Amino acid sequence: MSQKARQYISRIADLTLADRPLAGGKSASLGELIRAGVRVPPGFVVLTRAFDAFLRPAETEIRSEIAKLELHDAAQVAAASEQIRTRIQAMPVPDDIAETIRRHYHELSHNGAGCPVAVRSSATCEDSESASFAGLQDTYLWVRGEEMLIEQVRACWASLYNSESITYRRRLDLPEQQIAMAVVVQQMVDAKCAGVMFTRSPTTGDKSVIVIEASWGLGASLVSGEVTPDRFVINKVTGEVVKSDISDKQLEHVAEPSGIGVRVQAVDEARRRVPCLADDDLRELWQTARTVEQHYGTPQDIEWAICVPADSGKRTVNLLQSRPETVWAARDAEPAARPAAKDFDHVLQLLGAGKNRS
Amino acid sequence: MSNKKASRPFPLASEIEDIPGTEGWEEMYPYYTRRQPEDDEIFWFYNSMHFPEPMPAFDALTAEVPYTAMGANTTRIFAFPATLGVEHRIINGRVYITAHAVTDPDEIARRTEIFNKRAGHYFENWDELYEKWHKKMLKLIEDMDAIEIPQLTEFDDESSVIEGRGIGQNHFVREGYHRCIDLFSIMWHHHFEFLMLGYGAYLVFFQFCKKAFPEIPDQMVARMVAGIDILMFQADDKLKSLAQTAVDLGIGHVFADGEDPDAVMAAIDASGDAGKKWKAAFDDIRHPWFNVSVGDGFYHYHRSWDDDRTVPFSAISHFVKRIESGEDIVRRTEELRAERKRIADEYRSLLGTDEEKAAFDQMLGLCHHVFPYVEDHKFYCEHWFTTRFNAKIREFGDLLVKCGLLKDREDIFQLNHREVDEALTDAMLAWAAGSQPLGAGRWQPLVEKRRAILAKFAEWDAPVAIGPMPEHLEDPAVQMLWGITSETLDLWSLPPDQVNDKELHGFAASPGVVEGIARVLKNVNDIGQIREGDILVSPVTTPSWGPVFPKIKAAVSDIGGTMSHAAIVAREYGMPAVVGTGRATKQISTGQRIRVDGDNGIVTILE
Repeated sequence: MSQKARQYISRIADLTLADRPLAGGKSASLGELIRAGVRVPPGFVVLTRAFDAFLRPAETEIRSEIAKLELHDAAQVAAASEQIRTRIQAMPVPDDIAETIRRHYHELSHNGAGCPVAVRSSATCEDSESASFAGLQDTYLWVRGEEMLIEQVRACWASLYNSESITYRRRLDLPEQQIAMAVVVQQMVDAKCAGVMFTRSPTTGDKSVIVIEASWGLGASLVSGEVTPDRFVINKVTGEVVKSDISDKQLEHVAEPSGIGVRVQAVDEARRRVPCLADDDLRELWQTARTVEQHYGTPQDIEWAICVPADSGKRTVNLLQSRPETVWAARDAEPAARPAAKDFDHVLQLLGAGKNRS
Repeated sequence: MSNKKASRPFPLASEIEDIPGTEGWEEMYPYYTRRQPEDDEIFWFYNSMHFPEPMPAFDALTAEVPYTAMGANTTRIFAFPATLGVEHRIINGRVYITAHAVTDPDEIARRTEIFNKRAGHYFENWDELYEKWHKKMLKLIEDMDAIEIPQLTEFDDESSVIEGRGIGQNHFVREGYHRCIDLFSIMWHHHFEFLMLGYGAYLVFFQFCKKAFPEIPDQMVARMVAGIDILMFQADDKLKSLAQTAVDLGIGHVFADGEDPDAVMAAIDASGDAGKKWKAAFDDIRHPWFNVSVGDGFYHYHRSWDDDRTVPFSAISHFVKRIESGEDIVRRTEELRAERKRIADEYRSLLGTDEEKAAFDQMLGLCHHVFPYVEDHKFYCEHWFTTRFNAKIREFGDLLVKCGLLKDREDIFQLNHREVDEALTDAMLAWAAGSQPLGAGRWQPLVEKRRAILAKFAEWDAPVAIGPMPEHLEDPAVQMLWGITSETLDLWSLPPDQVNDKELHGFAASPGVVEGIARVLKNVNDIGQIREGDILVSPVTTPSWGPVFPKIKAAVSDIGGTMSHAAIVAREYGMPAVVGTGRATKQISTGQRIRVDGDNGIVTILE
């Protein structure tokens, strides 16, 4: 702990939910997932302390500027956001922080050539049960090399000040001085297919099913809505696939041939209308969903990707993110039934109701 | 008129015309089953679940008596608050019914008070009353078996004089026949004694599950409730034990697939000591287990396993093959029980509050308490008792043949039960007078005529419902017994151009998706035609089809709900099933390739 109190970076595996103020919701929850025995791509987190140190020279000015904004004036907000982000992108990353990032990156690359990584923002108020910040901060995929990595970490920091985030925070009255940004750096998953799964049906709120949406390549095509994903409904209790709707998946996000950055390409004809998940994949996702939900004790929205590592050649499910389901949780009010004095009173009530009183 | 007709999905009762060649058919059935002018104002539906085939004259008793008993139970004995009984009509040989309900809130309130007290008493004393019921049923079957049918011998037995009885044996023809009918009536009253209360327990749990888990498949609710030790599975187990015995004795080979049962028995007789031992084992379980009917016990020609051994022997043949290939076919009841508990525990754990969990425990607990009755009553009533009843009626058939009134014992079922009474009276009078019975010229042509009428009836495409479409159909009794709700009616009333003739929808009764070749069996007696790997398509799958289930890949039926025995058996065999499609046997033909999607309740004709 005393170690943590000073450091700028922590390995994901060392984090728990209690580290949320320092690591942000996303990375703290990744640490939890590892603890739950779920496969999460290895990586580290640039803690909020680094962000604070980086922002310190400009902090007061930026915050007072945001406080002055009139939310209804979208143009004003956009201009301010643009200006703040340009300013941040131009600020130097302090040497000690840059050095620590380089060291951890080197370690993550097993001391060899720089491995491709995903750089994702993890804000301190993100992924909490009451407020879902999903998609409001940036993610950079297939980042490679020390300098590119540091640049994207800074870009993540800057994304805390895009118009949507600023507006969102102001609307929820979240105090600016308590907002900070951690950045997750993880080994890149070369996703054959990816998607989301809900351990509670988004359409009916049913807790006994798991709904999986999946598409070829990285999950970005699905999250952005560019592709209608395949949709599977699995019985949470038995693992039976109750429904599978296979759609025409026209696009996929994949790594550039150089291995740096992402491009969008047309899915070849042969794969477009083919299910992107096999029975074994669905089974593994089902088990993973159960594990994650049991670990947290509440329904989760989960992002995942499937890759086939060259060394094992075995299809592997990786979890990229899990956050508590918020929509239906807010609606749970009336219980489906209450206990009666005697068990058969339920039947008497039903049959006594008749159609006029039901 | 024509405009009005076009907007109605179902014909009116009065619009249904006689089928040419069936003129005068009404006299087959009692007057109170005939259409009335005011029937046009009423919604009726075809009870194809229980009566998927045209009614032979005698079998109409199996509509009349159950409706007498069921209505008594709901309307008068328990005073169900909103549910009265069922009225029936026979139209072109098919049984149409309408359920009467109470809608006046004051009347419902008045009945509720009576109902709560009476139903409460039954629930509260369930075990004791069920134990009593069990004894009553065994006594009833014993009484049925004990009826002796006089052979109208030349002289009465001397004992009649020595013991001073003073009653001629012709009296016992009358008494015996009336007693058969009386016991049949009593059986049906007992059949309904606990039934609606038992279904009520299921329905309440079902509705709770649907509310708590909007996407829960019906079959999952059924899986949590279904009994493990139900009698129909025990019957199946007996066949397995006979297969094991045959293998142990080294005579498993006599049970070749598709072999004629008589040939099998002949081969067993020719197998010396081993054959004798197998027959001893067989005789041990024949009573009661071979009283299982291959149908639902609703038609006289649904013979028992003992009458026609094709079905049980073909099942034994299948089991022999599996045993010989080293498979362990013993049903693992403990594992099944553990799995049922695991599923229920998991659903329970998904409930949000302790209140809901407590309600879940109560409802499921009640289901487990009352379901042995719901699941086992059929074995006693429709199978065991009814098989014995039909056997007795056949003995009266023999008597009428002996007296020259009928040509064949089976002809008796072409007379309605009052006509049988008349024919027997004719025989009794003639025996007493020393004359010849007068009815041969009356009954024999009538039997022929009725057989021809039934054949014509069988070709009729009976409408699923008749009369004006009701605005709501939320009768719990109709839902419990026939699975019919407002949604069912919506599906039924789709205009023909909206009906996809390559796709049928029904209840997803057992999960899984398979493709295969359809074998359409319109008549349960053809069940012996089923071959390994077929997809069974039938009007209704009854529990006694269980033995063929291990041979087939999937099951599809016109009629039935997720709690039907067929659905339960299919789930146990892990085989996809879609039940209640309404028209599978009409739309699918034997030899067609079809896909059965037991997850979504869809059957697709692929070619």
